[in-house]
Amino acid sequence: MMSTTDIRTIAIAAVAIGVCALLPLVDQGYWLSIGVSIAMFTVLATSWALFSGPTHYISLATAAFFGIGTYVTGSFYESVSFWLLLPAAAIVGGLLAGIVGLATLRLSGVYFVIFTLGLAELVRQVITWAQNMTGHRGTYVLLDFGSRSVEEVIYWTLLGLAAIVYLAGWLIGRSRLGFALRIIGDDEEVARHSGINTARAKVLLFMVPGAVAAATGAALAPRYVYIEPALAFTPLLSFQVVIMALLGGAGRLWGPLVGVIPFTLLWEVISATFPNQTTLLLGAAFLVIVYVLPRGFVGLLERARARAGGGA
Amino acid sequence: MSILSLRNVTKRFGGLVAVNDFGFEVEEHMVLGLIGPNGSGKSTTLNLISGALPLTDGQIMLEGRPISGLPPQDIARLGVARTFQLVRLLPSMTVLENVIAGAVFGHRRRWGPEARAKAEAMLDKVGLSGKGGLRVGQLTYIDTKRVELARVLAGDPKVLLLDEWLAGLNPTELQTGIRLIRALRDEGRTIILVEHVMDAIRSLSDRCVVMASGARIAEGTPKEVLEHPDVIRAYLGDDDA
Repeated sequence: MMSTTDIRTIAIAAVAIGVCALLPLVDQGYWLSIGVSIAMFTVLATSWALFSGPTHYISLATAAFFGIGTYVTGSFYESVSFWLLLPAAAIVGGLLAGIVGLATLRLSGVYFVIFTLGLAELVRQVITWAQNMTGHRGTYVLLDFGSRSVEEVIYWTLLGLAAIVYLAGWLIGRSRLGFALRIIGDDEEVARHSGINTARAKVLLFMVPGAVAAATGAALAPRYVYIEPALAFTPLLSFQVVIMALLGGAGRLWGPLVGVIPFTLLWEVISATFPNQTTLLLGAAFLVIVYVLPRGFVGLLERARARAGGGA
Repeated sequence: MSILSLRNVTKRFGGLVAVNDFGFEVEEHMVLGLIGPNGSGKSTTLNLISGALPLTDGQIMLEGRPISGLPPQDIARLGVARTFQLVRLLPSMTVLENVIAGAVFGHRRRWGPEARAKAEAMLDKVGLSGKGGLRVGQLTYIDTKRVELARVLAGDPKVLLLDEWLAGLNPTELQTGIRLIRALRDEGRTIILVEHVMDAIRSLSDRCVVMASGARIAEGTPKEVLEHPDVIRAYLGDDDA
């Protein structure tokens, strides 16, 4: 059942995505490439927060799923349509996340973090080994979309993915699964004794960011032209996604977006002027989150709003 | 027929035997008081029933069906619900949402407006009408206990396990608490009460099982067991028996 506020929220979101879709008509160069970065990190950080927001399990596996997605495109784009590769990558990513989830979601806290970080490295080493066996170093991804540039097709694809992620997040938030995850995040013991199958709920929801990150990687592969394991599985990506999501606030569906936009713009400026200092930004942002913004910009806004409401 | 039965239940933690070849039967609509000195194995027994701990040996049956070995969520779904010795609430949620959690995932599952209505009815029952919108951090101690009780009741469990639900209340609150549990008993609920408050045991329970060092030392009506020499010895030592 939908209320009028629900319909209004959906309408606003649809219009916002529609307006964003006009960007390639305005600029095909610098701003479109920034748009691709923002859209990519929005998709990754928002889907990351769907799982890690309520459960507080910090996953550093984004790069693993993303890299697998780029290799799905890289390996099969010559024989299979690009548009079929996206859902195929999502299925592969989701299944891998399910297996990883079954094996690791019993681990708590820091063990889970370390395992997910190691996962990207493990997959990268396996692919490097496989390529060495076959005598390859990397893979070319040469896709042509006719009258449309690769960059704008990728941009629109990512916007479509963002729409799917927001819709999925909105539906999960209203579902029993979403409610179960919030209970698990608050107190797993209570969740179990209230009749929630906590292992199943966590694994199911962990598959969502896995599938989305793989689809994102598949969509971005043509942008890289030449993919190799070190690029596709870079751990930096996992850290960027975590920092952006936490900076914005993982407790709200729109929270990560609030972190992605300023962070991506700042990242662009710094990598253009001081290319070697980008990790400094990552570290500084992390300190800001820990010491100043434990609940991200969202927490800041909500506190300000509560204060304004209390004063009135 | 008994609704819940424990047979030859044993729990060892390494060399320590916390529960030793212990057992009892609970009839439907009965309030069973489980008492004993500190460390006698009462809470461990409750944890074995709810599935929080696995049994070392023995069997627990709900309506003739074995439940020992099942994970806590399955036992909860089959109809055994519990409160915790140290109250456990969901801190990020409102009082009403805490209770809805019980209505959505408990023995009898509800969703949407139905779950909400059930949760509101349970808040009324435990005396928290109109407090559904509060954050759990704003509650007094007895009110946190009420929320937990309402959450447990919201799933319509067949058997209710109350782990020292009356502990830590001041004398006025204690009277309120006893009245509340008596109201549940009058509704015909089946309750296992682990309790240190003897007044509550005397006025609420139909039968009592007394534990000491993990084993049963007496069973009967509250009056019978509290006069039993072994029970007096367990609580007060040999000189007073």
